Amino acid sequence: MEVETEPGAAIEAEGLTRYYGERPAVDHVTFSVRRGEIFGFLGPNGAGKSTTTRLLTGFLAPSEGSVRLAGIDMAKDPTAARELIGIVPEEANVYADLTVWQNVMLMAELHHVGRGRRTDRGAELLDLFGLGDRRRQKGRELSKGLRQRLMLCGALVSDPDILFLDEPTSGLDVASAHMIRDIVVRLNRQRAMTVFITTHNIEEAGNLCHRVGIIDRGRLVAIDTPQHLRSTVESRRSVEVRFEGATVLLGDLLDGLAAPEVVPLADGFRVYTAQPGPLAQEIATRASARGLHLAMLSTQAPSLEDVFLHITSQGLAPREEVAYVGG
Amino acid sequence: MSAADRTWARITKQAHAAYVIAKKDAVIYYLKPPVVSFGIIFPFFFYLAFAAGRNVPAQNMVPGVVAMALFFTASAVGPLITPWERQARTYERLVTSPASLWAIIIGDAAASALFGIALSLIPLTLGYALAGSVIVQPLNFCCGIVLGALAFSALGILIASRATDTPSEIMMLANLVRLPMIFISGVFVPLSGMPEWGRRVAPLSPLSYAADLIRIGMGGTGYFPPWLDVSALAAFACALMLFAHRLHRRAQRAG
Repeated sequence: MEVETEPGAAIEAEGLTRYYGERPAVDHVTFSVRRGEIFGFLGPNGAGKSTTTRLLTGFLAPSEGSVRLAGIDMAKDPTAARELIGIVPEEANVYADLTVWQNVMLMAELHHVGRGRRTDRGAELLDLFGLGDRRRQKGRELSKGLRQRLMLCGALVSDPDILFLDEPTSGLDVASAHMIRDIVVRLNRQRAMTVFITTHNIEEAGNLCHRVGIIDRGRLVAIDTPQHLRSTVESRRSVEVRFEGATVLLGDLLDGLAAPEVVPLADGFRVYTAQPGPLAQEIATRASARGLHLAMLSTQAPSLEDVFLHITSQGLAPREEVAYVGG
Repeated sequence: MSAADRTWARITKQAHAAYVIAKKDAVIYYLKPPVVSFGIIFPFFFYLAFAAGRNVPAQNMVPGVVAMALFFTASAVGPLITPWERQARTYERLVTSPASLWAIIIGDAAASALFGIALSLIPLTLGYALAGSVIVQPLNFCCGIVLGALAFSALGILIASRATDTPSEIMMLANLVRLPMIFISGVFVPLSGMPEWGRRVAPLSPLSYAADLIRIGMGGTGYFPPWLDVSALAAFACALMLFAHRLHRRAQRAG
């Protein structure tokens, strides 16, 4: 898929490729993330999300292509590029033998944050993430959710221009995940911080991100706003029907209707169609004629999950050409 | 800002990063059990096993123990830091910080060298208290300790360049390299008293020069002239660091 980078963007990846042996884990990926944007990066397991993030943050060197962060070429001046960023890698951890406070100060010192500034900002962040009363606790004494909050404190203590989050809420309790999402949005709005986030949580990406990119088998297959992506997959619009206490024979009710895919639900079904309005009317008419009581009848736009499944090779829906660039 | 100012600012920042990393290493790794056992207890009993029952003169024994303690302690932490960090999943955060690879390995080496220097004071103090050993040529002695610590810590960093998250693998490799070195380096027996084959291979080991300088510093007779010991140790330290940087960079690029 042909995408051009935008000059002056916060993140520019151009022809980014990484081979593991003969196999390309990331295959000529080109995109850019605008300054102040929250950009979601989605893809199935093994699609190349984390490898892409590692290439963007300079942990891995690309086999081909280039990365520029705020115009600084990662290959030519990696330390200057990394001064601009805060990172929460997917498989990373806090230092278990350092206290909460020492962990934050270590990252601040590595980012050359001055003594007064790092002390103030560190205390402010620990309070913000609910770790203020745990500053003397060792990293090993924290739960996974608290460790993830601490990782974010370490990533944010230098007030980075760009924040990379690799699966930041994966495996966390609801409260921690909600807190992290809330603070990321707040920081993006207050400080115009650019956020690059990879996630499996498609609903999270849909709610959080200004734009999303979808990677599949190492290739970027779609990039746009969640709303536009949904609208590109007309065939994934649907009609959802639920009945009151009746066992309904789907074949009988849908006989002769153009309904290529039907998903049974506990008390009804969902039918995917490009024309949900007429289909809903027809189903209501047939149900009424059979004396069935509808508990709910609604037409639905495609969810981002539908888009994701439709676009990626793991989707159950028939594959069609959906590679899409927009926004 | 001129190009020279920018270069200087960059060097200052990276030197600070190396200091921060050395400080972190000191807090986290010095008291780990493998460091204590392989860095302190192991060389002590190793030497006792050799000296027991032999009439080894104190002026030979104390410099040998000091050199061996320095060798084992300075090269004990370095090989383990990177695999420990990989295993604990903290390595990626370090590598993606603004600290360059040079700052990271210099920080690790500095921490290891200081650890070695500090702990070599233990046998030195015991030697003074129990055998009356003293330092008669402080400059040679200090050069032997400091340059030796730098060369041994660089050796440790080089061993750590293997991309693994299993510290025991690195410990095996470290001992495979270090144990033969103590037999060919004039630690137990002065180089002049070693067989012909031993004297031929001794110059290949940085420990030979450190042990020689320490022995000279403590009033013994050296095998090499002091200038050669100093030059060889400095050359070993630089060459091992350069090689270590190259291998670490290769391991990092391989992912």
